[in-house]
Amino acid sequence: MQNTAQATTGEKFAAGSNSISANRRTAGRALIIAASAGLVAMIIVQFLHVVGLSPVGFANWRPVLYAFVAWGVALGAGQVLANGERGERALFVLPAVLFTVAMVIFPTLFGLYIAFTDWNLSSFTGQRFNGFDNLVALFHDTSFWNALLNMVFYVLAVLVEYAIAFGLALLLNAEIRARKFFRVAFLLPFMLSPVAVSWMIGKSIMEYRFGPASVLARVLGWSSPSFFTSPWIARVSIEAMDAWVSIPFIMILLLAGLQALPKEVMEASRIDGANGWQQFWEMTFPLMLPVSVTAIILRIIFKLKLADIVINTTSGGPGGATDTVSSFIYREYRDRSNVGYGTMLAMFYLVLIIIFVTALLNLASRRIRRVT
Amino acid sequence: MKIEDYSRLSRRSVLKGAAAASALAASGALGMLPSRAFAADDLRAQILKIPGVGKGQPTDADFQKVGELTLGATKANVKQGEFAGVQLSFMGLNNQNLHNVLFRGFLKPWEDYTGAKITWIDLAQADYNPRLQQSIATNTIDFDLIEMGAPFEGDVCGKGLTSEMPDWVKKQIDMEDLVNYLKPPVGTWNGKQYRVTVDGDAHNFNYRTDVFADADLAKAWKDGGGKGEWVVPKTWQQVQAVTKFLKGQKFKGNDVYGYLDAPKPWGGFGFYFLGSRASAYAKHPEDKAWLFDTDTMKPRVNNPAWVRAIQDVLDALPSEPPNQLNADPNETAFSQFLGGTGSMVSWWGDVGSNVKTNDTSVVGDLTGFSILPGSDDVYNSKTGKWDTLTSGPNYAPNCAYLGWGVYVMARVDTDPVKQKAAWSAAAHLGGKDLSLWCAAYPSGFQPYRNSHFNIPEWVAAGYDEAFITSYLKSESDSYNHPNAAIEPRIPGIFQYYSLAEDELAKIFAGQSTAQAGADAIAAAWEKLTDQIGRDNQIKLYKASLGV
Repeated sequence: MQNTAQATTGEKFAAGSNSISANRRTAGRALIIAASAGLVAMIIVQFLHVVGLSPVGFANWRPVLYAFVAWGVALGAGQVLANGERGERALFVLPAVLFTVAMVIFPTLFGLYIAFTDWNLSSFTGQRFNGFDNLVALFHDTSFWNALLNMVFYVLAVLVEYAIAFGLALLLNAEIRARKFFRVAFLLPFMLSPVAVSWMIGKSIMEYRFGPASVLARVLGWSSPSFFTSPWIARVSIEAMDAWVSIPFIMILLLAGLQALPKEVMEASRIDGANGWQQFWEMTFPLMLPVSVTAIILRIIFKLKLADIVINTTSGGPGGATDTVSSFIYREYRDRSNVGYGTMLAMFYLVLIIIFVTALLNLASRRIRRVT
Repeated sequence: MKIEDYSRLSRRSVLKGAAAASALAASGALGMLPSRAFAADDLRAQILKIPGVGKGQPTDADFQKVGELTLGATKANVKQGEFAGVQLSFMGLNNQNLHNVLFRGFLKPWEDYTGAKITWIDLAQADYNPRLQQSIATNTIDFDLIEMGAPFEGDVCGKGLTSEMPDWVKKQIDMEDLVNYLKPPVGTWNGKQYRVTVDGDAHNFNYRTDVFADADLAKAWKDGGGKGEWVVPKTWQQVQAVTKFLKGQKFKGNDVYGYLDAPKPWGGFGFYFLGSRASAYAKHPEDKAWLFDTDTMKPRVNNPAWVRAIQDVLDALPSEPPNQLNADPNETAFSQFLGGTGSMVSWWGDVGSNVKTNDTSVVGDLTGFSILPGSDDVYNSKTGKWDTLTSGPNYAPNCAYLGWGVYVMARVDTDPVKQKAAWSAAAHLGGKDLSLWCAAYPSGFQPYRNSHFNIPEWVAAGYDEAFITSYLKSESDSYNHPNAAIEPRIPGIFQYYSLAEDELAKIFAGQSTAQAGADAIAAAWEKLTDQIGRDNQIKLYKASLGV
């Protein structure tokens, strides 16, 4: 029955396509060719103008962007004219494809090109191709490797965040009083901007002279509660702030997983005499493994982008102890206008992240397969 | 206080003034007075009372009132409604709710009078340089006026992006009134004038008068074998000794600290504070240069003078507040010093203009000022030796940043009405009377005109005479010092500073020695000079020093 329906629809589409007149088909193709030629011509004219080979051109690339949009519209119209209903179907996908090309693929390729140029915004010579110089410089850049090493600490700290989040999720999954209130209350830090957190906590609550955290630390016997002047304390302080913001995110994912666990299995284990710890370790934890892995990987991806709290609170200090790769790139790009090298750093980091996350996913899926 | 209150106040003032003028006329004395000067003095006195020293921080209503009262010069050059329909875009800072925040209020009456409308691009200090550089590099200048420091003139004026100042503007803002060090070549490029100066910048030395007048500390200083009397340090050697001495001392029952360093990076601007410690060591009276060799752009930042300054910071940090390593200049001045922590800090004149008028200040009556400390000896880069001057300690005030200015972008030049509107707005902000108010209240701007140093005006506004004399003298002596260390107006200067900040942070955290870290800064600077273009940098560096 279903096959018959599909065949009928297919025939209809084929018939629809066949019924398009040759003139209309030609007009559609001509429109696409003309629009494509126009776009290519504008790109060439503007490129020659920018590199100084032609006096004819635009003040900036904006007209070329408009030409790309016009080309996209012409491409869609041409598809409909040339292919009828099949062209109309293409319209469902075409905007998304063109958008992805414009907003993801082109910038990535353009970024890759910039990464291989010497481009300092103050340079008199402007942008120039410099091969692998930026990559070589990166391998000799101790600040970059220091920041990468710090990222190892920050990523490992995700395990601690996960443990805390799991504990909170178990608590909120239990039959406790004011459970709904606590669920909302525990989520509040996640609703705050990290920038706000860095000012409210890093620069106010942890302020050395009269910040409440410093006052409390003094009461507890720490005579000189300076949270950001020694490397390890500064690193842990930054991690604590970031964890405070992000633990609710892990917690909410884990809570959703806990609520989806089959109650019969848990009840059966209780009837079989499993105590609380056995129930958690032998039942809950393994069953939660897929959710846990998802939560941890998502959190690691977020963690690899850590920058805002560091930039606002310590500027990477003391002496680079809290620096992250993102905050270092930010400084290289923003303070030093070193666009070429900054882009190479970002591209290299992107490749590292892709390799790391892919390896992590493979490892996790193998582990889950073995356990389940 | 609402703006209407001021209107009533003004009407009252006018009536009182009219009554007084009638009385004078009746006595036959009026004809003998220089009436225009009288009116100008009256206006200056009137705006200085808005809101009045010690009466809280000025509000937007205050800014608008000052802008309205100082509109006279604009009215002389522009007809009412002359710029109707003109849209201008203004890019500037919003640091500590100053700069653009004040400009908005100052220019509101100007907009009402001329009919022009201004849209604002507000930037934090640290975002300023990247935003500007990106606009230049990508040819996307989307502003008609910009608040900019002289160090960026190489990047902007040097690339032909600014509009040349018309003669009527020069006359309106009375350029001759500028202090000498802000006169051309500052504000010019290839002999053309581009800048309406709205600020004068030099680091001065701010200290706590009560700490250095305390008998117990004086006794402890003597008992501890301190050299000389317990007085305000005059040299960096003395600053170091006092800072180390104060570690562990109590004053009014609390811990007391000496000098406040700013080791935390601050978007490149933090390097100025090492510069202030280094200028007396590195700026030789017989040599205009102190950052680079003029013929080669070889950095001097790793010479013995700069390394000594870096070492001074390293030696002083253990005696400073325990969290000092994480303190940037904003913190040292506005959080620590104004909040009562530390007894000495180098900063731009903002400390002086804030101690009595900023709501957070607790040291309003306890602050004194001088030019930056000197040094018993000075490094001579040409001979490679330390010289002891026969005239005494070497002083070299750090004229850091050369002040803010308002520049009009060349993109308005194609439209004469828009061009005139932009220059009129810039001229209003750089007006002689308005600038006095900016110098006297928290604005982000310091005194920069000879007319700003008229002490009785400040006293009449409510300032204590001893205090304001000390403050203005420190500013004036810095600007006019024969051995002032002048900021190089070369492209990418903040990239040099930012690179230095990163390396300095490592040194201050104990990851490398002063010399090794300074060598790393020098190597990074050499690389940057090559990247930007060495020949051009040499040419521009020489031009900025006038050699």
